[in-house]
Amino acid sequence: MFKKKEFQKLKEYLIEKLLFLFSLVSILATVGIVAVLSFETFAFFNEVSLLKFFTDTQWTPLFVKKHFGILPLLCGTLLTTLIAMLIALPVGLISAVYLSEYSSEKAKNIIKPIMEILAAIPTVVYGYFALLFVTPLLRKCIPGMSGFNSLSSGFVMGIMIIPLISSLSEDAFHAVPMGLREAGYALGSNRLQVSLRIVFPAAFSGVLAACVLAVSRAVGETMIVAIAAGQQPRLTLNPLVPVETITAYIVQVSLGDTPHGSLEYRTIFACGMFLFVMTYFLNIVSYKLRRRFQQVYE
Amino acid sequence: MNNRVINKRLDGLFKALGILTTVFGLSVLLVLFIDVFLDGASRLSLDFFTSFPSRKPEAAGILSAWVGTIWIMAVTGCIALPLGIGSGIYLEEYAPKNRLTALIEISIANLAGVPSVIFGLLGLGLFVRWFNLDRSVLAGGLTLAILVLPVIILSTREALRAIPFSIREASYAVGATKWQTVYCQVLPAALGNIMTGVILAMSRAVGETAPLITIGALTYIAFLPQAPVAFSGEFPFIHLSLQGLFDPFTALPIQIFNWVSRPQKGFSVNASAGIIVLLGITLAMNSVAIILRYRQRKKTRW
Amino acid sequence: MNNTAFSIKQMRAFYGAKEVIKGVDISIMPNTVTALIGPSGCGKSTFIRSLNRINDLIPSFRISGDIMYRQKDIYDKETDVVELRRRVGMVFQKPNPFPKSIYENIAYGLRIHGLNIKDTIDEIVESSLKKAALWDEVKDNLKQNALTLSGGQQQRLCIARTLATQPEVILFDEPCSALDPISTAKIEELIHHLKQNYTIVIVTHNMQQAARVSDYSGFFLLGELIEVGRTHEIFTAPKDKRTEEYITGRFG
Repeated sequence: MFKKKEFQKLKEYLIEKLLFLFSLVSILATVGIVAVLSFETFAFFNEVSLLKFFTDTQWTPLFVKKHFGILPLLCGTLLTTLIAMLIALPVGLISAVYLSEYSSEKAKNIIKPIMEILAAIPTVVYGYFALLFVTPLLRKCIPGMSGFNSLSSGFVMGIMIIPLISSLSEDAFHAVPMGLREAGYALGSNRLQVSLRIVFPAAFSGVLAACVLAVSRAVGETMIVAIAAGQQPRLTLNPLVPVETITAYIVQVSLGDTPHGSLEYRTIFACGMFLFVMTYFLNIVSYKLRRRFQQVYE
Repeated sequence: MNNRVINKRLDGLFKALGILTTVFGLSVLLVLFIDVFLDGASRLSLDFFTSFPSRKPEAAGILSAWVGTIWIMAVTGCIALPLGIGSGIYLEEYAPKNRLTALIEISIANLAGVPSVIFGLLGLGLFVRWFNLDRSVLAGGLTLAILVLPVIILSTREALRAIPFSIREASYAVGATKWQTVYCQVLPAALGNIMTGVILAMSRAVGETAPLITIGALTYIAFLPQAPVAFSGEFPFIHLSLQGLFDPFTALPIQIFNWVSRPQKGFSVNASAGIIVLLGITLAMNSVAIILRYRQRKKTRW
Repeated sequence: MNNTAFSIKQMRAFYGAKEVIKGVDISIMPNTVTALIGPSGCGKSTFIRSLNRINDLIPSFRISGDIMYRQKDIYDKETDVVELRRRVGMVFQKPNPFPKSIYENIAYGLRIHGLNIKDTIDEIVESSLKKAALWDEVKDNLKQNALTLSGGQQQRLCIARTLATQPEVILFDEPCSALDPISTAKIEELIHHLKQNYTIVIVTHNMQQAARVSDYSGFFLLGELIEVGRTHEIFTAPKDKRTEEYITGRFG
């Protein structure tokens, strides 16, 4: 009897330690990402100056005459993100208001799972859709549009992000206390006035958190832009010509056979680092906004 | 008076707009499905599943791709499930409130927001180069395991949190130890919701392309990783081997990407056919998860 | 004094910095029913939850003083909490059956203590349900999910679950507060029967219940044990004015 208990205590102890070790893997992974990126990035900046990296307006590491200016890639990333947000923001927000304030519980129970499916589609499929369906369609309406362009990839990326904005904002609207709405109705407002003048402002920081997160997703999105936006780093705001995003560049280099340890190899880590820092800040901002929102409606 | 009429009209207008926007996403989804189906359905045949990729589009198939996907998923699952569910249990049931726990939680939140392509860079720097795993099944599986880890941890935690504290009290009150309480009461009660999260996480992993491309998964592979179980006429007739873990691989989304990026029409048809298969897998997994969650919600009322 | 079940001296308990029990002394005799009464928030629940150390689950909880069970300090470092909880069972305020079958609810306690013989488990399940006066209602549906039972049945199942592991003490923490009068009567009757074999401590805010079921009563107020004694004395001739005021309904 005594022995059995000692054994049990040991077992309890070992299980707890094992589970603890498991959860350390998350720290290791984070440290691993930062370490791998920093290591190669430092090596990269030993050869390329930071100033050049941020000010040079050309990105041609794979050419003979090499330029390492991140601006064209950043421009491509921001352009596709902007187009995506122009689609996703209005559509996602209006549909969130509709789902939260107008639609019946029943309709919501059907629509939300379908929205989830929209979010679950692999991005390579969206890329296919952008390149082989949306672009040909747009080219019929917009002559002179290139086969690779930021417009159709941004558009499809927007579609992909709609569920994210709509479901997170809907959660935020949902968290607004019923009492506020009732107060609005009691003053004689109609549903639209309550939705837009009471619920929306009350949930604003929650909605903003959703939007910032959506931007972060768009900035980090890879396959759609790698397939449909092209591989030409270019400092332009023209949505009809090929561009290249940071993520697409990483894919482009990965497809080739770039020797390990070469400067070209290191560029993708430097790009990765840049991307990581960008999304990290966006995520932090989103998190802070969400926290603030949650604190208001505890 | 006039004002009220205008307001009423506006309300109606907004409602119509709301329906329109909500349906917008869904109709694009529908168009996508129809487009893919029209393009690719004709290409689906048994041959398509049993052929290797080829330079001739009509002869190419997805054999190495779907076998590779299964390999990768198996590795990802074997690593991410115990790690993810275990971490979730630790954080929800065991972890003391201290700095280390806070650090773990921050790491998970951070990992959950990292773009998938960066996991590929991690895999490339860490597994492919540093661990010298090369562009193997194991390197790919490890990379995707870390990618889905935060998703599994977060959904495990949420599922455990939904179990009322009174169940734990009841178990302790009859003299159960912590692990007995967790393993015999809390975990079974939360299992439905945990599985929902796990399936959703795995369905995300199935479609992940960027990390695998980044670690350099080859796109043209005319052989399969060595099968884990082989049969032969000689004793002992069954041969078990994990050598396949170290073989190079391709996967369904990579194969699709490869075909999409080729200009010839024949390959884009192949891509659509591949997409039908990939969508079939993701949608099936998602449906299972949604049904599971729905049933779980109906079943348990505390 | 050596034949007491619990002997408690200068018990103090805290949630964080808030002191909820402020120096309580009490002895609890074996094979008796001791009722603890008092207005809500007076520390009686915290007190009873300290006797099987279930409060250990609350991170901010701290306790000091001598809390002896059968001459052993239950807050000693060497104490096996698991064994303590087996010997000191507990029934909670709200019925909390496991989301499993009726049978499994009772068998669980046996299995975790290493009993794996099916016939013996079957026997104990039956006898526990009989002792908890639930057997006749559920004997044909032992595989049924416990959550489908009514509240009163669930609470009796929880009592049966506690009885199955053969404790010496049973702690009842307001066991009837979530139940209807008929179920309450059944459980009170049950407590009365159980007294022969178990030491029982019951927390209740219902004074009639305390008067009906207990041998001894203790009156808690704001974390202090104002008065303890034979139930009929407490209810007919309380020594402390505050006890009298509470019992006669002036406050609480």
